[in-house]
Amino acid sequence: MTSSAASKTPTKTEPSPIITINKLNKWYGKFHVLKDIDLNVNKTEKIVICGPSGSGKSTLIRCINRLEVHQEGSIIVDGTELTDDVKQINEIRSDVGMVFQHFNLFPHLTVLENCTLAPIWVRKKSKVEADELGMELLTKVRIPDQAHKYPGQLSGGQQQRVAIARALCMQPRVMLFDEPTSALDPEMIKEVLETMIELAESGMTMLVVTHEMGFANKVADRVIFMDEGQIVEQNDPENFFNNPKSERTKLFLSQILNH
Amino acid sequence: MADSTLKFKKLPDRDPPENTIGWIAWIRDNLFSSATNTLTTLIFVYLFYLYIPPFIEWAIINANISGTDRSVCDANKSGACWTFIKVRLEQLLFGLYFASNPEQTWRPIVAFSVFGMLIFPLVIDKTPHKKWLLLALLTLYPVLFICVVYGGVFGIPVSDTGQWGGLLLTFALSFVGIIVALPLGILLALGRRSEMPIVKMMSVTYIEFWRGTPLITILFMASVMLPLFFPSGVDFDKVVRAMIGITLFQSAYTAEAVRGGLQAIDKGQNEASMALGMGYWRRTILIILPQALKISIPSIVNTFIALFKDTSLVSIIGLLDLLKMAQNSSRSLDWNGYDIEGYLFAGFVFWIFCFGMSSYSQKLERKLDTDRRAE
Amino acid sequence: MKSTTIPLHRNPKLRSFVLQASLLLLVTYALFSVYQTTVSNLEDRGIKTSIGFFDEVAPFKVGYSPFLEFKLGETTYIEVFFIGVLNTLLVAVLGILAATFLGFFIGVMRTSQNWLASKCALFYVETFRNMPLLLQIMFWNFAIFLAFLPPPKQSIEMGLLFLNSRGLHTPIPVIENHLLSTIWFGIIFASFIGAFVFAKWSKKRFESTGKSLPVFLISISSIIAVSYISFVILGSPLGIDIPVLGKFNFKGGGQLPLPLFSLWFALTIYTSAFIAENVRAGISSISKGQVEAARSIGLTRAQMVRMIILPQALRVVIPPTISQYLNLTKNSSLAIAVGFEEVVAVWANISLNQTGQALIIIAMTIVFYECCSLFTSFILNIYNKRVQITER
Repeated sequence: MTSSAASKTPTKTEPSPIITINKLNKWYGKFHVLKDIDLNVNKTEKIVICGPSGSGKSTLIRCINRLEVHQEGSIIVDGTELTDDVKQINEIRSDVGMVFQHFNLFPHLTVLENCTLAPIWVRKKSKVEADELGMELLTKVRIPDQAHKYPGQLSGGQQQRVAIARALCMQPRVMLFDEPTSALDPEMIKEVLETMIELAESGMTMLVVTHEMGFANKVADRVIFMDEGQIVEQNDPENFFNNPKSERTKLFLSQILNH
Repeated sequence: MADSTLKFKKLPDRDPPENTIGWIAWIRDNLFSSATNTLTTLIFVYLFYLYIPPFIEWAIINANISGTDRSVCDANKSGACWTFIKVRLEQLLFGLYFASNPEQTWRPIVAFSVFGMLIFPLVIDKTPHKKWLLLALLTLYPVLFICVVYGGVFGIPVSDTGQWGGLLLTFALSFVGIIVALPLGILLALGRRSEMPIVKMMSVTYIEFWRGTPLITILFMASVMLPLFFPSGVDFDKVVRAMIGITLFQSAYTAEAVRGGLQAIDKGQNEASMALGMGYWRRTILIILPQALKISIPSIVNTFIALFKDTSLVSIIGLLDLLKMAQNSSRSLDWNGYDIEGYLFAGFVFWIFCFGMSSYSQKLERKLDTDRRAE
Repeated sequence: MKSTTIPLHRNPKLRSFVLQASLLLLVTYALFSVYQTTVSNLEDRGIKTSIGFFDEVAPFKVGYSPFLEFKLGETTYIEVFFIGVLNTLLVAVLGILAATFLGFFIGVMRTSQNWLASKCALFYVETFRNMPLLLQIMFWNFAIFLAFLPPPKQSIEMGLLFLNSRGLHTPIPVIENHLLSTIWFGIIFASFIGAFVFAKWSKKRFESTGKSLPVFLISISSIIAVSYISFVILGSPLGIDIPVLGKFNFKGGGQLPLPLFSLWFALTIYTSAFIAENVRAGISSISKGQVEAARSIGLTRAQMVRMIILPQALRVVIPPTISQYLNLTKNSSLAIAVGFEEVVAVWANISLNQTGQALIIIAMTIVFYECCSLFTSFILNIYNKRVQITER
C-alpha cells in the first residue's frame, strides 16, 4: 500500500472502529473511480479528506451511506455491512448524517419542518418532541429565529447550518460532510466552519471532505490525501502539513496553500 | 527530508467486474432490477407479443399495394389496402384540381420542393447566413408560392383558392397563418408589455378573447359572419375566409409566445440601450426584439405545430384539406370500407410534420438552455 | 432660474395620451361600424337581430339530453342552448377525469426505471399529441367503433357495462323512496364528517404522542360499513337501473351514445398525452440532490415520494394541467364531426342555420367559452397565490 508509511493511526482513546472499509473498488461505467480503499474510522475521530477534484473523495463518503453503490470490497458501519438489503440501508442511513455541498434543503418545508421530518417519520417521535429537538439543534447552530421561514429566504451560510441541524436531528453516530463550504461566499464560510468546530468539540465522529486546511489543522485527528481514486497519504495534521511524505501531496499542498 | 519523499505509485486501472458492465448489466439494471421491474418487463413483452405481430402482418406482410382498383384489396381482406393510397396519392397531396390535370401537377410539386430546399438547411446547425434564408422563406417564398400555385403570371393558368385541396391546402392555410400572424403577434406582445394603459388593455383583451374561444367557433364565425361584417358586394371565397379566421386566432398565440421571450430579456438590456440614447422603437427593433425572438423560437414553433394540426378543422366548414380528402376518398364508392387506411395515411403525414417540428423545437430549447448556462 | 418649456409635440405624457386616445377612438369606431353593417346586412336578408327567437319552439330534434327533458314541439331555442351547454360540460367533466388518471399513469410510466415501460410511454405521448385531434375523433368513431363494435345483441360485457355499436350503457342509481334516500344521504354525509373529526383527532394525538393510526383505512372502511348497514336498515331506498337488452338496443340505465363515447375516448387519449408530458416534466424537475437528501436522512422510498417528490412535482404539474383542462373543454367542440349534440353543434350550427341570428348566437357561444376560460384563470390565480404563500 502506498500509504503504509502513515498507516498507524494516532490513538487517543481505545480504538473501536465505527466504520471499516475494506478493499473498496468502484467504477462509473468503465471508469475506475475508487481503487482498493482501506480505511478504519474510530469513534469520535475527526477525519479530513482532501485531494484534487476527480480524485474520488466525494464518491468515497457517498459510498458510506450508499448514495453510490460499490462493486467490490466491503463497508461495515457500526457492525452492519452495507448490502442491497433496503431495511439495513435505511437503518444505516438514519445513523449516518450527511451534509451536502448544495445544502439540498426541502424548499417546500419550513426550516423547522426540514429538521423534524425524519425524527417524526423515521424515529417515530411525537411532533411535540421532534419540535423541541429541532428547536434545540437550531439553537445550537444559532438560527432558532429562522425556524418558521422557508429555506429560500435564508442566506447560503444559514441554509448550510440548517442542513447540519437537520442531519443532527437524527442523532447520528457519524457525520459526513461533502464539501460543505465550497458553494458558499467567503464571508459565510466562517459561520459554517465555526458550527462544525463546535460539533467536533462535542465529540462527534466526523468525515469531512474539504479544502479548508485551517479547519483540518485545527480539528482533524487525521488528514487523508486522495488522488486518482487512491489514498496517497494519511497522517496527523501536524506531520501532514509540515512533513508530507509523498511528492504528490507536496505538490497539492503547495498549490492549495500558496494562493 | 529528501529521503523520506515517497513516489506516488498509481495503481493500474482495472476493468470493472464482468457482471457490472456491457449489455447483460444493462438488461439487468433496466429490465430486471427488482421484482416489480421484472414483472413490468414480462407484462410488456406479453403485450408486444399479443399486438405487434398481427399489426405487422396486417400493415406489411399481407398488405396490398398492386393494382389500380379495389378488386385486389377485396380479394385479400387480411391485409391493409395501400393500393387505395397509391391510387389516390396525388389527390391527397395536391387536391382535386392539380391531381386531375396532369399537366398542372408540377406546380404544387415545385412549391413543395422549393420549401423543402429552404427549410432543410435552416434546421441544420452549421448553415451560414441562416438569417437571409429565413428572410427568403418569409418573404420571397410566399411570392413564389402565389405565382406557381395560384398562377396568373408567366402564362400559368389561374387556379383559384377554391380549387386547392389535400396537403397543399393544409400547408397553405398554416403557412399563411404563421406568416401573417408573426408581425401581428409581435405588435400585440409589445402592446401587452407597453406602459400605456389603453394599449395594454386592448392587447390583453384581444389576446385573451381569441385564446378563450375554440377555433371551430372562430371558423364558423369566419365562414358565416365575415361576409356580414362588410358592406354588400365585398366577398371572399371560403378558403380566404378560413385564412382570415386562422390568422386572427394564431396571432394571439404567437403574441403569447413572443411575450415569453420578451420577459426573458434582462432589464439591463433595455437600460443599457436607453443609456445610449436610443428611443423606444430603436431600442425595441435593434436590441430587444432580436434577442427575444431568438429565445421564443421554440414556443413559436410549438404554436405552429398546434396550428398545423388545427387546420384540419377547416374540413368541418367544408374545405377539402388533407383530412377531409382522406375521409371523402374512403367514403367514395371506389374505396368505401377502407377508412382505416385513409385515416392512418393522413395521420401519418400529419405526424411526420408535427414530430419533426417538435423534435426540432426541443433540440433548439436544449441548445438555448446550454447557451444561457454557458454565459 | 429659467423655466424651460417643452414643445408640446415632445412632451412624452401628451404624446402617449394623444396616441392612446386616437387608438381607442379608431378601434371603437371600427367595431361600431362593423356592428352596424352586420345588423343592416342581416336586415337585408330579412333577419331582425333580437333575442325574440329565444322563446320560439325549436323545430329540430336533440337526441341526447340527460339533464333537461327534450320534447320536440315544446322545447324552445334558449332551452336548446342550455342543453348544449350542459352536454359540453358533461363531456368535459368525463374527459377531465379520465384524462387525468390516464395522463398521470402514462407520465409516471415515462419516468419508470423499466426501460420498456418508459419507452412505451414515450411512444404513446409522441404518437397521440402529434396528430390532429379531429382526425383521432373521426378515426375512432368511423373507422374503429362504428366498423368493429358489435350490434346490441352481441354487446361486449364488462361487468354491468355494455359496449356496442350504439354506445356505452351503464347502470345508474334511481331514487325509489324520496324521504328514506334523503335520510340515507344524510347518514353518509354525517359519517364523512365523523371521519373528518376522527382524522383531526388522530393527527392531534400523533403530534402529541407520536402514535399513528391507519386513518385513511379506518375512515374508508367505517364509511362503507355505515352506509351499507343503514342502506339495509332503511330498506334499500335507492334502486339501480341496469340497462336491459330490448328489441333493438338497451333500454334504461345510463347511456353514452356512440358519438359521445368516441368523443370522450379521443379527448381522453389526446389530452392524457399532454398531461403525461406535464407529469414527466414535473417529476424530472426535482433535482437529484432532493432525492439524495431524503435518502440520507433515512426516509423510505414511499415516504420520500409522498413527502418530498410529490409536493414539489405537483407544483410544476398542476398549472399546465389546468390549462389542459380548458383545452379539453374547448376541444369538445369538435363533437360536431361525429354528431354529438354539444353547444357548438346544436347552437352555433343548427340553431344558427335555422334562425339566421348569427350575431347573437355566435356571441353567446363565445361568451360561454370565455366564461370557461375566465373561470380557469381564476382557479389558476388562486392556486398560484396559495403556492406563493407557502413558498415564502
